[in-house]
Amino acid sequence: MAEDIKKAIETANSEAVARIIAADPVLVDVAPASEAIAGLEDRMVLHAGPPVGWEQMSGAQKGATIGAILFEGWAKDREEAVALVERGSIRFEPNHHHAAVGPMAGTITASMWVFVVENREFGNRACCRQVEGRQQFGEYSPEALADLFKWRDVWAPSIRAGLQQLGGLELKPIITRALQMGDELHNRPVAASSLFANRMAVPMIQAGVPQDSLIATLRYLTGHELFFLGLSMAAAKASVDPARGIEHSTVVTAMARNGTEFGIQVSGLGGEWFTAPAPEIVGLYLPGYRQGDAGRDIGDSAITETVGWGGFVLGGAPSILSFVGGSPEEALSYSEEMREITVTTSPDYLIPALGYQGTGVGIDIRKVVRTNILPIIDTAMAHKDPGHPIIGAGLVRAPMECFKKALVRFGEMVKEPQT
Amino acid sequence: MSDPVVSGLKQLLSEGPVAVNLGLREFAESLQIQDVEVVHVEWSPPAEGDEKVGELLDRLI
Amino acid sequence: MATGYVVRENRYYDSVFLMQVAKRISNETGVDEAAALMGTLNNKQLLADIGFEDPSIRAATPSDLVIAIRAADQDTVERILVNVERWLARPEMVAGRRAVRTLDQALESQPQTNLVVISVPGTYAPRETRQALERGRNVFLFSSNVSVEDELRLKQLAHERGLILMGPDCGTAIIGGRGIGFANVVRSGPIGAIGAAGTGLQEFTSLVHQLGSGVSHAIGTGGRDLSDSVGGLTTLDALSQFEADPSTKVIALVSKPPGPATLAQLREILSRASKPVVACFLGLESNVDVQIGSLHLARTIDEAAEIATRLATGADPKVSSLGPTNAEHRLEAERVKLGREQKFVRGVFAGGTLCYQAQQVMRDLGLAVSSNAPLAGMAALDDPNDSRGHTLVDMGDDLFTRSRPHPMIDATLRNERILKEASDPEASVLLLDFVLGYNASSDPVGDMLGAINEAKSIAEDDGRHLSVVASICGTDDDPQDRKSQIELLESAGILVFPSNAQAAQLAGLLVSGLTA
Repeated sequence: MAEDIKKAIETANSEAVARIIAADPVLVDVAPASEAIAGLEDRMVLHAGPPVGWEQMSGAQKGATIGAILFEGWAKDREEAVALVERGSIRFEPNHHHAAVGPMAGTITASMWVFVVENREFGNRACCRQVEGRQQFGEYSPEALADLFKWRDVWAPSIRAGLQQLGGLELKPIITRALQMGDELHNRPVAASSLFANRMAVPMIQAGVPQDSLIATLRYLTGHELFFLGLSMAAAKASVDPARGIEHSTVVTAMARNGTEFGIQVSGLGGEWFTAPAPEIVGLYLPGYRQGDAGRDIGDSAITETVGWGGFVLGGAPSILSFVGGSPEEALSYSEEMREITVTTSPDYLIPALGYQGTGVGIDIRKVVRTNILPIIDTAMAHKDPGHPIIGAGLVRAPMECFKKALVRFGEMVKEPQT
Repeated sequence: MSDPVVSGLKQLLSEGPVAVNLGLREFAESLQIQDVEVVHVEWSPPAEGDEKVGELLDRLI
Repeated sequence: MATGYVVRENRYYDSVFLMQVAKRISNETGVDEAAALMGTLNNKQLLADIGFEDPSIRAATPSDLVIAIRAADQDTVERILVNVERWLARPEMVAGRRAVRTLDQALESQPQTNLVVISVPGTYAPRETRQALERGRNVFLFSSNVSVEDELRLKQLAHERGLILMGPDCGTAIIGGRGIGFANVVRSGPIGAIGAAGTGLQEFTSLVHQLGSGVSHAIGTGGRDLSDSVGGLTTLDALSQFEADPSTKVIALVSKPPGPATLAQLREILSRASKPVVACFLGLESNVDVQIGSLHLARTIDEAAEIATRLATGADPKVSSLGPTNAEHRLEAERVKLGREQKFVRGVFAGGTLCYQAQQVMRDLGLAVSSNAPLAGMAALDDPNDSRGHTLVDMGDDLFTRSRPHPMIDATLRNERILKEASDPEASVLLLDFVLGYNASSDPVGDMLGAINEAKSIAEDDGRHLSVVASICGTDDDPQDRKSQIELLESAGILVFPSNAQAAQLAGLLVSGLTA
């Protein structure tokens, strides 16, 4: 009987990783969130991480919320925005509950244009908002919001036009090449961003995008190293979602943080969140900031680690290792560590610096708890107070408590299986 | 679940030990002094020593 | 405060690398703030926001590198910026392999592994052992507190797979001349040893070395292997391996007596043995007949070593060469110093098997001895901390090692016990063992000499002489310098013997009033 459950888990996990590996993410559209995201209602703010209420939100999350409210024009200044929230006029829901993800505070509201990625293998879609360095870190001044308007009015529509000209853009070839060019697709996606810009330039021209918009958009794309993070996040989400809900699977389907809590979801445990206090980040600070300024871990961007990119392939992106003064050997050992807690490795996403070994696929909560090896995530840092842009970047580990809680729930579930 | 036997008792005796050490570091060090190839594992109890979770783990993995 | 700027044209650096550069510069004494950024519009604005503004910065382009610092004074600024290149040189990568965390990682990095040495806490030992066996590797299991059910299951698994599980509670092994765990440096030779307890194997192999012979391998089986609950699985596999091993000419077995069913199985196998076998079953009643074919039965570890050596060299196994010179003389010289109220021997042991053997020696002299790990037929101590009559204490017992390292490493508890015994006016002889070899203390005698001398003083102040008799288990090749350990003991007036059995014999004679 005991062996039966182990076999059932192994079979379920094989199915889960087979689905993730089979994913074929294609960028099919860039569209306003109100169009693209089901269930996004008026006065609703979607956010990163597991559910959280205004009172519990971190400084950066609150600042980003205020920024989103001002962007939408639901209030005219900070005081009005806060009043709106405090009298309950704003609803908060996790991005993940709407097949979406967002970096840092991850705030998505109706007028924000989002990437729409379709997993052609299974037909499911996932959305992600664009990456920028100010509002999603908690800044809400007019200067901070300026780029949100440019994205909405100029850059996103231009990219949409080019995309429609192309008939959709396959992301797997870009991701595969970028990983081989030293990207890890989380904090170092510069190669992928360049490849994307390369692919989009001519289609945008062919689509007849007006010259000033074209120039502005190309300037934006070619100057924005982190651009592709929005796409890798959407691609990761679209890749892992078909692996949700496989009975007896212990594979992690989401890792996400809201600045207050870190949460995971597990394939065989449905939509339940298993949370723990969000950890502190160890890293490097931008000029003007120092130890003690940082808020806790925040963002849906850990979806990249969930499918084996980002921190899981640090060995292939040694420049990121500077975060903790590490050596190439340490980078390699991080990647080896991560293979101890995943079900298998990808046959497609290969890392030259790791001897062309594949990225680890399918974090198994049993292995995490057994080995005490926690998933490693490289991440940007937000300030602990609202009103600041990006302040630095570093490394963080997912908290053990999340995995223990999930394992205990899994144990309860197999003792009394649902009929 | 079982891997093929790398080296039975016979080969261990004829070829000498090539070791992995789980636990006390001193045991690895005394082997190293004798020129034995040894990999020391920084072992920690599963589930960070949480016995209840450890027992659950035994049933599942 | 002073500020300074350097702009390097057409130099591209990774933004993450530049963050590290800035960090290193800002760690310098006197530097308040440092920035290293490419000259993009955003970065120049960022610099301006934190007070770094200069025509050279304004003129910088996105492909230029800007380094800006604010420091306590102009001298510091100039010192930092005079050779900017050194900040931009890739720092010496610290070659450091991050630790291996799991057995699987270790096996992947060293696939030719043939032995997994396990000393994790007992609760976790069965799981790790099972994994090692399932990965097709032999196991040396030092951990104790493993249930007999687990031991049996694991040994069955090992046997099915042609692997050996040495343990649980196995402290010693010697494989191909390499000591594992607590082991002595012993010459290689034709004697294959199998031992059910650590110090028993250590004593046997050390004595073989002292007698001029050597050991092919010494396999530990753990203390319970020959009980009927386990059925001697490890011992039997080791025996058949030694039968087949060309470098082994003589086989020796040191253990407590086997359970009756296991003994029957042993009998069967040994009757077909092609090589001579010597067995020492400690604790056996002196009149028990365990004759099995050509098996040579030894009563002590000394005797086993002598017989094995003689068999290996082809000479007559009856003559003993380990005997101490002038034992009679030392016995009488010591006896006259003792008072009539002093009656009892108090043994404070590091080696469990040595304590056990000493009890047998005492029993055969007609003495009734108590212990916390009693010989069959001997009394158990009510309180292991409290000696009554003749008492031999095994300080390596779990009771004592729960709070402190093993007495072979840490002498604290033995030292305390010695002082306690010295305060008892009925204590006559202190019997001690000192174990050398790998993983033992680097100076076992030195660790205890202070306490021994203090113990003697306590007795002297009370008008008594406290006899101290000791044995050293080890060889001249051990890391601890056996000769100087012996000298240290002798110069403190301690009677030193090269074996535990001899030391126990003398101590027993001292208190029994018998002659040597």
